[in-house]
Amino acid sequence: MSKAAVMPGANLAPAEARTPEARVAGAMTGFAHEIGALSAFRLESCIHCGICADACHFYIATEDPQYTPIWKVEPFKQAYKREASAFAPLVRLLGLKREVKADQLAQWQHLLFDSCNMCGRCSLICPMGIDVAALIEQARHAMFDAGLAPKELYEKAAHQRLTGQPEVSTEPYREQLLAIGARFKVDMPLDKPEVDVMLCVPRTDIEHYPSAVAALAKVMQQLGVACTFRSDALVAENYGYYAGGKQWQREISLRLIDQAIACKAKILLVPECGHAYAALRWEAADLYGQPLPFRVLQVTEFLAEQLAAGHLRLGTAAAGATTFQDPCESARKGGVIDAPRALMKAMGVDLREMEDHGGFSFCCGGGGGVLDIERAAPLRYRTMEIKLREIDDSGADHLLTSCSDCRRSFDDAQAHFAWNKKPQSLLELVAANLIETAGPR
Amino acid sequence: MTLLDFARGPALKTAIAIFCLGATWRIVGFVLLRIRRDHSTPRASPLKYIASGLLAIGTRSWPHREFIGRTGPGEALGYSYHIGLFAVVLLFTPHILFLGSLFGFTWPGLPSSVITVISALTITLFAAVLFRRVTNRVMRMLSNFDDYFSWCITMLVMVTGIAATAHIGAPYETLLGIHILSVDALLVWFPFGKLMHAFYIFPSRALNGALLARKGAAS
Repeated sequence: MSKAAVMPGANLAPAEARTPEARVAGAMTGFAHEIGALSAFRLESCIHCGICADACHFYIATEDPQYTPIWKVEPFKQAYKREASAFAPLVRLLGLKREVKADQLAQWQHLLFDSCNMCGRCSLICPMGIDVAALIEQARHAMFDAGLAPKELYEKAAHQRLTGQPEVSTEPYREQLLAIGARFKVDMPLDKPEVDVMLCVPRTDIEHYPSAVAALAKVMQQLGVACTFRSDALVAENYGYYAGGKQWQREISLRLIDQAIACKAKILLVPECGHAYAALRWEAADLYGQPLPFRVLQVTEFLAEQLAAGHLRLGTAAAGATTFQDPCESARKGGVIDAPRALMKAMGVDLREMEDHGGFSFCCGGGGGVLDIERAAPLRYRTMEIKLREIDDSGADHLLTSCSDCRRSFDDAQAHFAWNKKPQSLLELVAANLIETAGPR
Repeated sequence: MTLLDFARGPALKTAIAIFCLGATWRIVGFVLLRIRRDHSTPRASPLKYIASGLLAIGTRSWPHREFIGRTGPGEALGYSYHIGLFAVVLLFTPHILFLGSLFGFTWPGLPSSVITVISALTITLFAAVLFRRVTNRVMRMLSNFDDYFSWCITMLVMVTGIAATAHIGAPYETLLGIHILSVDALLVWFPFGKLMHAFYIFPSRALNGALLARKGAAS
C-alpha cells in the first residue's frame, strides 16, 4: 500500500488514496466552499453545553462522549475559528485552536458517517437553537472533498453518478421494473412523453420489496393519474447525499430533474424513501440553481391530498394494533408528519404512537447511509435497541413505515435480534385497501 | 488618580470601547460571509415561518417534553444562575445608579439584603456549573480555554462585588475599584469568547426556528 493510501482507522475506497496534505487541503477547500453566514453563525453560537448529546441515540445507547453531535463537527469548528472567524489571526497567534490534521480528519470519519444518521434530532434540543444536523451535513461535504467518505458510500455514489444505479444489478432496473409489473399484474407506466406525475422508486424496493413498487403503480393506476417512470431516472436514492459529494449529489438529482422536465411533469413523486425526499424536496432546487418547475411530493403527502380531495377512497384495514415509524428525513426534517396519519386514520388503523414519535421519533438506526457501512453494524445494533424498545412498549403488534431504508433496517433487526415484528409499508397497506372508484378522473 | 478613579475612568472607557468594537467586529465577521438563497419552495408562508421563528425564542428556553428527563436539571441549573446574575446586575441599587449614569434613566431596585441572598445563591450555582463542567464527561470533552476563562472572569466579578458590598479585606473604595476593574476585564474579554452568546441566543433561536418552520419541520 502506498504512503498516500495509509490512513489508520479510515474506511476508504482505493480510488480515494491521496496524501495527508491533499486530504487537509481538500477538507479545507470544501469547508471554505460550505461556510456562509448561516453556518458561521451556528458555529459561533455553540456554548459547549453538551445538551445535544441527550438527543442522540448513539450517545444515549453508549454514553460515550465522542458521539456528542456538536463534537462531530469539531475539526470544522476548529478550522472556522482558526481560519475564517473575525478574530482568526488572534486565534492563530495565541495558538487557541490547533491546525486540522489529516489523521484527525480520518478519526472523524467514524463520527461523521458510522455514528450519525443525519436524523436531526439533535437540532431540536439545542438551547441556542443551532441546527447541528445541518452542520454535520456540511462537514460530510468537506470529508468527501478530503477523500474520506466511507468506501461503501463512495463507491455507490460513484456508480450511481455514472450509471444511474448505485450498484451493479443482475438485470438493469428498467427490466426489473417491468418484471415486477408482470409478476404483480399491474401496468408499469414507462417513458410516457407527457404526464402529470413522474414516478421513481427506491432501489431498495426494486431489490428487496418489489411489492412496494407494485403498490405504487397500483395506487396510481387506481387514481387514474397520468404518470410515468423514466428509464433514465428510475432510482430515487441519492448516494451523493449520503457520501457528502455535493457535486455528485447534484448530478444524481439532475438526472431526475431533467427527466421530470422532459415529460412535463407537474409533480415529481418521491416514493417511500426518507433521504430521497430531503435531497429532492429541500436540496435539489439549490443544486439546480433555481426553483424547480414542478412540485416535489412524498407519496404519503400526495395520497393524503388525493384523500382530502375525495379522489382516493380507502377501506378499513385489518391491521390490528399498529405503530408508525416516522422516517427522520421526511418527518422531522421534512414536515411530512400529518399525511401518513391521515391515511392510517382513513383506513381505521389502530395507531399506537411510540413514546417519541412525529418530529421527535428516534431514527431506525440505518439512516444517513449507516445501514450501508459494514463496519458500523455493531454500533448500529446498539443504538437500534432504543427504537425497538419503544416499538415494543407502544403495545402495537404491527409496525408500519414509509421509508424503505427504515424497513430494511428493521428487517435486519428482526434477523439480528430475533425480533418478533415485521415492518410493513404504509403504501402497500394503502394499495391493499383501495376502494374501486368509477375510473380515471 | 486612585484605583477607583482609574477603574471607572480610563479603564472603563477603554473596556467599553473594546467591548463595542470587538462585538461589532465579531458579528460583522460572519454576517458579511455569503448568504445562500434557498430555492426550495417553502411549505409555510413567510409570515408563518417568521412567526414560528419568533416563537422559537421562547419555546427553546425549556426542553421539549421528550428531552426534559435527560436535560431538565442541567438546563434548570444554567437558567438559575443566569437569572440570579441578571437580578444582581439589574436590580442592585448601586448598579442601577451606575447604569442610570450611562443610560440617563433608572428603575426601582431590590433591597440590599435580598440582593445579598441572591448573590450568595448565584455564586453557589455558578460554582456548581463549574463542578458540572469538569465532572460531566461530555462537557469536559467539549470545554476549552474559553469556557474556563469566561467562568473565571465572571466569578471574579461576582466575588469582588460581594467583597465590596460586605467591605471584606480592604477599604471600600479599593474593593469597589477592584470590582469595577474586574467588570472592565469582563468587558474586554466579552467579544473574544463565549460570553458573546448573550448577543447570539435570541437571533440564533429565531433564525433556526424560522428555517425549520419554512420546511414544516419539527422545531
